[in-house]
Amino acid sequence: MSAASSDLLTLVAGIFGVLILASTIGYVLQQRLSPTGSNASIENLNARIKAWWIMVILIGIAFVAGRIGVLILFGFCSFAALREFVTLINTRRADHWALAAAFFIVVPLQYYLLWAEQYGIFSIFIPVYAFLLMPIISVLRGDTERFLIRIAEVQWALMICVFCASHVPALLTLNIPGYEGRNVLLIAFLVIVVQLSDVLQYVWGKLFGHIKIAPKLSPSKTVEGFAGGVISATLIGAALWWITPFTPVQAGLLAFVITLMGFFGGLVMSAIKRDRGIKDWGNLIEGHGGLIDRLDSVVFSAPIFFHIVRYWWSL
Amino acid sequence: MTDFIAKAAAATIVVFARAVTAVRAIWSEEGLPSRPCIYFANHSSHGDFVLVWAVLPPRLRRQARPVAGAEYWLKSPLTRFIGSDVFNAVLIARDRDKRTEDPVAQMTSAIDAGSSLILFPEGTRNQSDARLLPFKSGIFHLAAARPDIELVPVWINNLNRVMPKGEIVPIPLICTVTFGGALRIKPDETKDAFLERMQTALLALSPKPAGSGE
Repeated sequence: MSAASSDLLTLVAGIFGVLILASTIGYVLQQRLSPTGSNASIENLNARIKAWWIMVILIGIAFVAGRIGVLILFGFCSFAALREFVTLINTRRADHWALAAAFFIVVPLQYYLLWAEQYGIFSIFIPVYAFLLMPIISVLRGDTERFLIRIAEVQWALMICVFCASHVPALLTLNIPGYEGRNVLLIAFLVIVVQLSDVLQYVWGKLFGHIKIAPKLSPSKTVEGFAGGVISATLIGAALWWITPFTPVQAGLLAFVITLMGFFGGLVMSAIKRDRGIKDWGNLIEGHGGLIDRLDSVVFSAPIFFHIVRYWWSL
Repeated sequence: MTDFIAKAAAATIVVFARAVTAVRAIWSEEGLPSRPCIYFANHSSHGDFVLVWAVLPPRLRRQARPVAGAEYWLKSPLTRFIGSDVFNAVLIARDRDKRTEDPVAQMTSAIDAGSSLILFPEGTRNQSDARLLPFKSGIFHLAAARPDIELVPVWINNLNRVMPKGEIVPIPLICTVTFGGALRIKPDETKDAFLERMQTALLALSPKPAGSGE
């Protein structure tokens, strides 16, 4: 067995352990406090834990399937996230072809470029080519009503849901000396740290939270939750150094950057939700809301993590 | 054989509609209708009845027959197959002068045979900026002929953005289908009062337009 797959197995065993513990706690809480399903928080907690099982198993299957599996999984995530995003923006009939191009050309091409390992064009395809061509497609219909808002929103949707999200599987293309064949563990590191940071912020906030950190944006986020979540996720990131090419200190620093970006990404996406007058991005994941509700922090941290690793570790 | 192909086609259409729109039903607090009923919905796309049909649980779906314009659905062999064989639509002639059958009689006989109907009382696809066009009187005559039948308002949201008139490529956007509580015609209710009440009940299910939350 290769080092990568034995590390992956250890990791999966660890994650299953955490989920079993979470499910047990959820079950006990339900039996004690909400035997009839009357306590909404506990029902939601259990729905979330159940959804975590499904997400972990899906990611696990993608990892086992290798590069193609990971690309298909994140390609699907981009598609579903873009669908949630575009549902909420101002579009008019004149944008029809531009939107069709976004879903059926930009998304597949962005992931194809990763498959073909064409990093140069991958990194500018959406910021340059989609950025210039999408408004051209829209303008040909001659509808100027709210034009700037429309093209800006479509570009933002593409940047967040496709460009940024595709930087998670882009980690597979990095060529790090001494780390060959193990890149999938970088994805695991990123996703575990970001998601644990979200979960731990929630847990710390529920247990000790008093001072609201951004009452206008996200009334449930507290200073205590933020500090506790970031510190504990940073420590967990450092403890996961053995699956990365980093030293424990480097792993901790990177985890710190990831959690900060994730936190602020969550705030930005909350602000957009407030602006649109909605609570969740969708209903794809039971208990969590939409896919973007789960992906927002990953999306903000992935490109930064990718570039730091690419600059200092990759050839 | 045709039956098998029709079933396979129906399943394919439902899977496709779900894949594109991730459609979700929002049921009324009264729960699912227990008896055959008339679902009446807003109409903005040819795909409207597919969405209503797709979100109905299989037991209710088997009973449900969309009411659609014969002119459109009998136009070509393909649309005829989809309209008649796949969705078992009650095809009514909209053009008064060319009618050989009375639409209300066609619909009542479907109800008498134990079917539910999916009806679009606006009569035509709404291409205007108004959220709802004035209802045609067919739903009133139908309700007056069968006063015991329950009428369930159904608001289909966003499908007009998925596939606006004249476009051939659908844009994947999330759609919802909201079911309201069942209504009935009142004794001696006038046509105008009844239509007004039905329109109000349907509009009450429509969400506020996106982006107007300032």
